[in-house]
Amino acid sequence: MSKVRVLVGTRKGAFILTADGARKRWKVSGPHFAGWEIYHVKGSPVDPNRIYASQTSGWFGQIIQRSDDGGKKWSTPGSSPDELKSSDGMPKGESNKFVYDGIPGTHQWYDGTQHPWEFKRVWHLEPSLHDPDHVYAGVEDAALFESKDGGKSWNELSGLRQHDTGPKWQPGAGGMCLHTILIDPQNPQRMYVAISAAGTFRTDDGGTTWKPINHGLHSEYIPDPSAEVGHCVHRIAMHRSRPNTLFMQKHWDVMRSEDGGDSWREVSGNLPSDFGFPIDVHAHEPETIYVVPIKSDSEHYPPNSRLRVYRSRTGGDEWEALTKGLPQRNCYVNVLRDAMSVDSLEPCGVYFGTTGGQVYASADSGDSWKPIVRDLPAVLSVEAQVLP
Amino acid sequence: MIRVVLPPHLRTLAHVDGDVELDVNTSVTQRSVLDELETRYPMLRGTMRDHVTQLRRPLVRFFVCGEDLSHESLDAPLPEAIAKGSEPFVIIGAIAGG
Repeated sequence: MSKVRVLVGTRKGAFILTADGARKRWKVSGPHFAGWEIYHVKGSPVDPNRIYASQTSGWFGQIIQRSDDGGKKWSTPGSSPDELKSSDGMPKGESNKFVYDGIPGTHQWYDGTQHPWEFKRVWHLEPSLHDPDHVYAGVEDAALFESKDGGKSWNELSGLRQHDTGPKWQPGAGGMCLHTILIDPQNPQRMYVAISAAGTFRTDDGGTTWKPINHGLHSEYIPDPSAEVGHCVHRIAMHRSRPNTLFMQKHWDVMRSEDGGDSWREVSGNLPSDFGFPIDVHAHEPETIYVVPIKSDSEHYPPNSRLRVYRSRTGGDEWEALTKGLPQRNCYVNVLRDAMSVDSLEPCGVYFGTTGGQVYASADSGDSWKPIVRDLPAVLSVEAQVLP
Repeated sequence: MIRVVLPPHLRTLAHVDGDVELDVNTSVTQRSVLDELETRYPMLRGTMRDHVTQLRRPLVRFFVCGEDLSHESLDAPLPEAIAKGSEPFVIIGAIAGG
């Protein structure tokens, strides 16, 4: 029987939750990297035991951790005792060296002035679909890096940050972060990224050049609501079978595109609030999507203090509340943008973590939910893996 | 033998318990101690000072014999007590909540 591994990043460490395919009884391991902020933990689709973690600290900066055995042992790539014995010149101690390419330049600051690009942390790690040593990193201040040596060294794909619109990008409340990286499974030259608050961008040449793809977005909180950039996109998602269909949870508004992001239309429909952070797609149904409505951008908790996942089986517009097993009163948690994931078992499993430290799991596509754990530190990210 | 006291998070990162002992073969300065520390424990590179500018991270401080040397020249000789190992070179993460 297949197994499921759920990788959870929190404000004070990482946790690994495992279960068999029934997804009823869970084992919890951790905290790994206790006391550090773990923004994201994600495994390679080629080798699920190859896992990358972004470990950060306001004191000591960015650390990249890697496991080659499914999360039992971790190391900072390029600094293990065996690697230090060799004299092959490979990067040592540079797994946390994220240096912008060329002159970093400036972007727009909160007050409208220009502000230098400054690296702060890695928000998201996206392993390649084909090579476990190849991994992308989305960072704050917004830029895209890649490593082709298992995280030992990193190079910026600077065509994104150096786009003409860069000086107009600005930080959202959480900082100016590149938080989503989607790799087109059918076209290795095509990738999408999303940045708060700049918008969504696409490359069709493997990351060398990028273009903003925000036509159709409307954001009342910026001077020109339909500007080319400046939109606070919170998350985008795709189903691997339909890479031209994209779904977006924007600061306000849930959107979809059917042309690889060239145009977007709103599909918020009957949601009780179209503010929120995560959005994800069912593993087997490309028009079934999930969001977690949040009351507003100043009240980061669910409407009516009821924690409800909303599911649309029509790719948006028509939504149903999923409440079975979720708290329906006095609930004031948030669900952050990287804190939802699906597994590829049948039926599809759906997982999300909250700022209150709960990780909820559904083994029936969202019809019912149970907490795997209730009292972790605030959850920043959740990623599900299916293991043979 | 020079003794270095790391803050708890960096001990965990470097996989060490207690103080770190280093041999510094050149003049004993803040820079030479940090250089040797990062050579022995490359996972610490970038955590105390920036990879490129080599500037101390804002919330990290260096103390010697009860004195804060964080703003002193990195190339000034450290006291004999540090070079002999009778007093440790102390690296501290600022108390700033969190």
